[in-house]
Amino acid sequence: MQLRVRALETVLTEKGYVDPAALDLLIETYETKIGPRNGARVVARAWVDADYRARLFKDATPAIAELGYAGRQGEHIVALENTPEVHNMVVCTLCSCYPWPVLGLPPVWYKSAPYRSRAVADPRGVLAEFGVTLPPETEIRVWDSTSEIRYLVVPMRPAGTEGWSEEKLAELVTRDSMIGTGLPKSPADLAK
Amino acid sequence: MNGAHDLGGMHGFGRVEPEPDEPVFHADWEKRAFALTLAMALPGQWNIDMSRFARENRPPGEYLSMSYYQIWFAALERMLKERGLVSDEEIAAGHSLYPPKPVARILSPADVAKVLYRGGPTEREPRTTPAFKPGDRVRAKVMNPPTHTRLPRYARGRVGIVARVIGFHVFPDSNAIGAGEDPQWLYAVRFDGRELWGPQGDPRSSVSIDAWEPYLEPA
Repeated sequence: MQLRVRALETVLTEKGYVDPAALDLLIETYETKIGPRNGARVVARAWVDADYRARLFKDATPAIAELGYAGRQGEHIVALENTPEVHNMVVCTLCSCYPWPVLGLPPVWYKSAPYRSRAVADPRGVLAEFGVTLPPETEIRVWDSTSEIRYLVVPMRPAGTEGWSEEKLAELVTRDSMIGTGLPKSPADLAK
Repeated sequence: MNGAHDLGGMHGFGRVEPEPDEPVFHADWEKRAFALTLAMALPGQWNIDMSRFARENRPPGEYLSMSYYQIWFAALERMLKERGLVSDEEIAAGHSLYPPKPVARILSPADVAKVLYRGGPTEREPRTTPAFKPGDRVRAKVMNPPTHTRLPRYARGRVGIVARVIGFHVFPDSNAIGAGEDPQWLYAVRFDGRELWGPQGDPRSSVSIDAWEPYLEPA
């Protein structure tokens, strides 16, 4: 693949269709600037700021843009609220739709056949493979990203974090907790 | 199309295997294939729905045995060739052999941040009023277009509840075949686990899909 991709890049560069410096910049952006720490900041803000939380659930796209995150593969974002009664989980069974501006590029498992085939039919079984066991009475809502709407799960704030700063809370927010296949870290996890 | 990409509900793929501390890319070629795909959308002038169809439209065995970025790269080559931007000969030679076709614009380094931040919003000014409202019972139509569609097979023929009217959005089934954006009302429709999966369904779970109005009929 290395040779094939290099060959095509050479052809496209020689034709003047691409500027390799722009390619470098695209790669650098998704390797270093756009990733799940962005989403963690959004979630932590929603945990500490009730007004922000209300704006986020009313219309997530502008609320997220307040923190500077917007654009490609996040043009229309909906925030999903986890509660003791309802757990939300996101999948794209048809391809790999994922909210890039807040979570970055999706991990391999999210794009894989096992996750895409089973998240809709056996969400509890999939969660168990991620080490997440919810009470049997908890309703699981799976969101199949079939349009350009991108879904961001806002997990519940862990117990024992009263008075924590937004920055410290953001450290508890994992990528998987914002997809719905994980839960945030606990204060004890952070101490490890 | 009823392709191998439409994976919801299939059996036999085994466990989900998360990779601890996964890197963003697993090889240098993945980085370049990813960036080339993004950058070529400007001179290539294809839309996201055309790209998706170029990825999914291949024999199921081939689709399932290719890695994610192999599929992206194959789709990129296909779209470039279809538009006469490169030839098989040039790909084999690894060099440009013919003069370039004139293109509208290319992605310059100075524009990268701006282009990413702007993205490609798909919401359009409504031209009609929505046929359904939250709480309505709707059936996903039984349909099997050989072209691109975003109605997964597992939902076809099933009855769900409109959870939300999302807005008036570009219709992929039309946009993918170059027939224009033809925007339509888009809804979040929720289906019970039992409705979708019968006795194997989880009665305490549901699946929501985003469905454009032409996918739905009253139930």
